[in-house]
Amino acid sequence: MAGFLAQARFIIAAFVVALILALAVPAGAQQPSTVNPNAAAVKEQQLLNALQGGTIGGRVSIPDQKSGTLIQPGGRDWRQFHEVTLRWIGAIAILGMLVLLVVFYLVRGQVKLESGYSGRRIVRFNGFERFVHWMTATCFIILAVSGLNITFGKPLLMPLIGEPAFAGWSQWAKYAHNYLSFPFAIGVFIIFLVWIGGNIPNKVDVEWTKRGGGIVGHDHPPAYRFNAGQKMIYWIVVIGGTAVAITGYLLMFPFYGTGIQGMQLAQTVHAIIAVLFVAAMLGHIYIGTIGMEGAFEAMGEGTVDVNWAKEHHALWLAQENARTGPNESQRQPMATPAE
Amino acid sequence: MARMKFLCDADRCIECNACVTACKNEHEVPWGINRRRVVTINDGKPGERSISMACMHCTDAPCAAVCPVNCFYTTADAVVLHSKDLCIGCGYCFYACPFGAPQYPKVGNFGSRGKMDKCTFCAGGPEADSTAEEYEKYGTNRLAAGKLPLCAEMCSTKSLLAGDGEIIAQIFKERVTKRGYSSGAWGWQTAYRETIAS
Repeated sequence: MAGFLAQARFIIAAFVVALILALAVPAGAQQPSTVNPNAAAVKEQQLLNALQGGTIGGRVSIPDQKSGTLIQPGGRDWRQFHEVTLRWIGAIAILGMLVLLVVFYLVRGQVKLESGYSGRRIVRFNGFERFVHWMTATCFIILAVSGLNITFGKPLLMPLIGEPAFAGWSQWAKYAHNYLSFPFAIGVFIIFLVWIGGNIPNKVDVEWTKRGGGIVGHDHPPAYRFNAGQKMIYWIVVIGGTAVAITGYLLMFPFYGTGIQGMQLAQTVHAIIAVLFVAAMLGHIYIGTIGMEGAFEAMGEGTVDVNWAKEHHALWLAQENARTGPNESQRQPMATPAE
Repeated sequence: MARMKFLCDADRCIECNACVTACKNEHEVPWGINRRRVVTINDGKPGERSISMACMHCTDAPCAAVCPVNCFYTTADAVVLHSKDLCIGCGYCFYACPFGAPQYPKVGNFGSRGKMDKCTFCAGGPEADSTAEEYEKYGTNRLAAGKLPLCAEMCSTKSLLAGDGEIIAQIFKERVTKRGYSSGAWGWQTAYRETIAS
């Protein structure tokens, strides 16, 4: 009896299943013959259009999550900048400054010490100030040369010395650029601290600038320890130096601060500021050496002639004299006659 | 000569990561570097697709254009290769690459990048073909042995295709015609400035 019931239940169940299948099959047959499982799928073109030069990314199962970025077409703009735009900016800024300085030297000539050497010296920069200046300056020159090598070396230097030699030199230049950035950044920071006092712009600077600073004409507008031109150099070094240091460290420590797009931007800012910085420093080097008589001594030996101070930094000389009294004991024998 | 290309058919990729593993094993790629990876877009959502991506060996390659020491060169098969002897590890190719292909072993302090490493299309480097020196720096040179890249050769669904661009494009077109849909030849517009009609 029980066996018969179980058998009947099985037969009924089988009929029910068969009925369901019979109903289901015609329903399935009414669907379109080709199914497009791609209807909701992502397409490359849609993403590229939607992102407009951004990045397309997703999930990766390998530990390096940065590799989840699939396509990032932004590198093309950066390539255009690095290969074309930057070279124009750099060439115009640096060659333009050199041409300007040569023309200026030929037209204006050296800014002479008009009252001649007095033979009396006054301390302008102490040993620490000079050490910091020259540490920063040496690093700057090496950083500038190694940096310009990355941008201009391939078209200018590589054809002359060949690829292997150029790669060898560039490898060392890269090491120098990376490691000397540290003393340079420290130097810029100390410069900021030790000379900030004398570099706040004031009314004297307006007057000094109006009178051409004594560079354009033969005037000698008064100035405190730093005139408006020097203040400009100071702020170029402090602001420009900070900017190249920050953008440089973003590149030196990849992915600590930014992703690839941030690095493209950092490199762009770094390079533009750097070439303008180099151009500005060429002007600084000019006026500190052949551009002005008696100027190099200030940073070379640390002292300047009192007459030089009187002509170029009259207010500073007055301050110093008021502080220490006119110091006749600093009279030194002159190697060459003053007049 | 053939113009070698990669093509990943995203509608076939099942994200098994066998291409990634095969590549690492074949070339003894250093720790932390993956010459190929599989990226899943819209993970877990309708229309999710996985794409296997590596260096696409671009036409007019951006890496080669920005390299400050010209360490890149393009072979007769249009494979973009580089010399690790010339590379200075500056990172510029990696800023320029649209596919994130260049990678650097981390050596020493700070961010001192080592010599760049990337997919070679299993074609080695500038050293003599199939030598120990070449293997040490770039991995196996399968192309010199008449074989195609291993990642594509052993792809279980034949999603990843590698070979002469015209032939793989033809295979892809036939597939698309037959099945009636496609999500495109990923990376082709960016790498080769062309696409395969779907």
